[in-house]
Amino acid sequence: MFDEEKINEIRKERERLENITLPKWMGQRLERKSEFRNHSDMLIKRIYTPEDIKELDYMRDLGFPGEYPFTRGVHATMYRGRLWTMRQFSGYGTAQQTNQRFKYLLKEGETGLSIAFDYPTIMGYDSDHSMARGEVGICGVAVASLKDMEVLLNGIPLDKVTTSMTINGPAAMLLAMYVAVGDKQGVPREKLGGTTQNDMLKEFFAQKLCIFPPKPSLKLVTDIIEYCTRHLPRWNPISISGYHIREAGANALQELAFTLYDGITYVESAMERGLKVDAFAPRLSFFFASHNNLFEEIAKFRAARRLWAKIMKERFHAKNPRSMWMRMHIQTSGCTLTAHQPLNNIIRVTIQALAAVLGGTQSLHTNSFDEALCLPTEEAVRVALRTQQIIAHESGAADTIDPLAGSYYIEHLTNEMEEQAMNYIQKIDNMGGAIAAIEKGFFQKEIADSAYKYQRETDEKKRIIVGVNEYATEETHPIPMLRVDPKVEKEQVAKLQKLKRERDNRKVNEVLEKLHYATEKDENLMPIIIEAVKSYATLGEICGVLRKVYGEYKELIVI
Amino acid sequence: MQSKRKIRILIAKPGLDSHDRGAKIVARALRDAGMEVIYTGLRQTPEQIVETALQEDVDVIGLSILSGAHKTLFPRIMELVKQKGLTDVMVFAGGIIPEEDIPEMKKLGIKEIFGPGTPTETIVQFVFEHIPKRT
Repeated sequence: MFDEEKINEIRKERERLENITLPKWMGQRLERKSEFRNHSDMLIKRIYTPEDIKELDYMRDLGFPGEYPFTRGVHATMYRGRLWTMRQFSGYGTAQQTNQRFKYLLKEGETGLSIAFDYPTIMGYDSDHSMARGEVGICGVAVASLKDMEVLLNGIPLDKVTTSMTINGPAAMLLAMYVAVGDKQGVPREKLGGTTQNDMLKEFFAQKLCIFPPKPSLKLVTDIIEYCTRHLPRWNPISISGYHIREAGANALQELAFTLYDGITYVESAMERGLKVDAFAPRLSFFFASHNNLFEEIAKFRAARRLWAKIMKERFHAKNPRSMWMRMHIQTSGCTLTAHQPLNNIIRVTIQALAAVLGGTQSLHTNSFDEALCLPTEEAVRVALRTQQIIAHESGAADTIDPLAGSYYIEHLTNEMEEQAMNYIQKIDNMGGAIAAIEKGFFQKEIADSAYKYQRETDEKKRIIVGVNEYATEETHPIPMLRVDPKVEKEQVAKLQKLKRERDNRKVNEVLEKLHYATEKDENLMPIIIEAVKSYATLGEICGVLRKVYGEYKELIVI
Repeated sequence: MQSKRKIRILIAKPGLDSHDRGAKIVARALRDAGMEVIYTGLRQTPEQIVETALQEDVDVIGLSILSGAHKTLFPRIMELVKQKGLTDVMVFAGGIIPEEDIPEMKKLGIKEIFGPGTPTETIVQFVFEHIPKRT
């Protein structure tokens, strides 16, 4: 981007500054630290100049939004055309309570739904299973059968609202329930829009909510991709997630590299199934965390788009530009929230949300300030949503596309993120791919080491967390807390047992047998699972059949 | 002369949640401080936890939970600890446990509860100071 002569001139001036001017300044006052590093352990220089991006080729490396390599964004007009989707992850208690929270959020200006399920649902247990005791409706909403899903989505037009479901192990079952509710509402399947997280690979080394072993898990993921490609054209069958990798302790670079590697694995698996890359790749979606370091995060999002575009083009020979675009959802980082001085979290969330917007996200969840302590109250959720609205309408950040492009620092960091992520990708390739890396504990060890390092730095005050290891105060300002009534579990269990008595149990048994057979035959299970949920077979019963055939995953412990 | 027995400690994850970042960091910090640490892995039932504690002959149990099910699971664990005669084992806990629940949890016999933001050093120090004397 700069001619040789100009770069030489800058270099000379920089050397003068470093050799003559700076020693004088440093003689009077040393810098705050002997070296500055970001979360990804990259050395941060005092100042960035054209020297640091002298190789940058505008059309090759940045281009225009909506065009390859998508560094500047996936849409031609970005937020000038349409703001990102404001999608707050929510769910607690009974289906009815969560349905009310959804309606509240939609009324307050939310533009998409996002369902948080409780742990029994996530693990494929019915609410009356012994493992579910004390967990029903606590960290999300309990959905044990189509009955619950009907109540959860009551009065919500599925042809108008898109819904994201954070569900992995039992993604096929929850998607089937969603499809069944859509059928009941009379919404044509091609109009159902939304996302199932359905990213099992990261479960094995990051979120760790696994039911089945890696291979059958990947098979189920691919079933959903195949089914959606053929029948649900507006559904994102998978949300390839770095968020949980980050929350488990990875740094930004590891989050980027491991997520993209998972993406590669899903593409390979779908292609092995016989799908053409351009048939399914346009509907792959991604999910990242946004942490506190503003510039590092922005660079990560930009590098992610560029690197994915290159992978799709060069590694998988995609032809459709939409196969090369990386659409992303971003959530502000839960692990940066502090239980101390919780109001400070509003500021953290603001910085992280700004990074997401400056990084060009398609959809955003902002955490509530009370979430280090409990599920968010209505007031806390409203502040979180307002944070997005203020960025959208008041900050000016949404008025021009990719406003930080061309910054020496941002472009340099974007390049560095991409380059180092590519090194990781080659390393995992050499290991034999994602499943081999999981089985060797590679990801687990990388993440555990980063998490421990982060904690040591905090303990040693090399990393300052305001209100925790510096500027701590004795006094506490209690904030209102949301508690889920323990009665929820009793009510839910009673409802479920009533369902089990009253449904046509002969039909349920028949369809479960058919499911068993289809599972053993290795068929695509989506159609039969839809049939099963429509007969009101429960989530636990359906997962139970699969548990019998596939077995259960045994955790590989890496400390 | 017989060498002094290392402190044996079980770090356990009851409940269905999978937030093991804290539990693993604490496990590693205790190990770095010279203790013998056994980590159970995720989603252990109260029965499994107490059985492991018994089998491994531990001095201390550290429970980590972030799912909100502590009010159901901690009483059961403490009941089993007593039933199995592990009365000389010190139990502490950590995770997301609301302030207002802490007195009730301590009444069960849980010695201390560490919330988010606790330096690992505080936990290490606590274990050294409260390690039960073995008879």
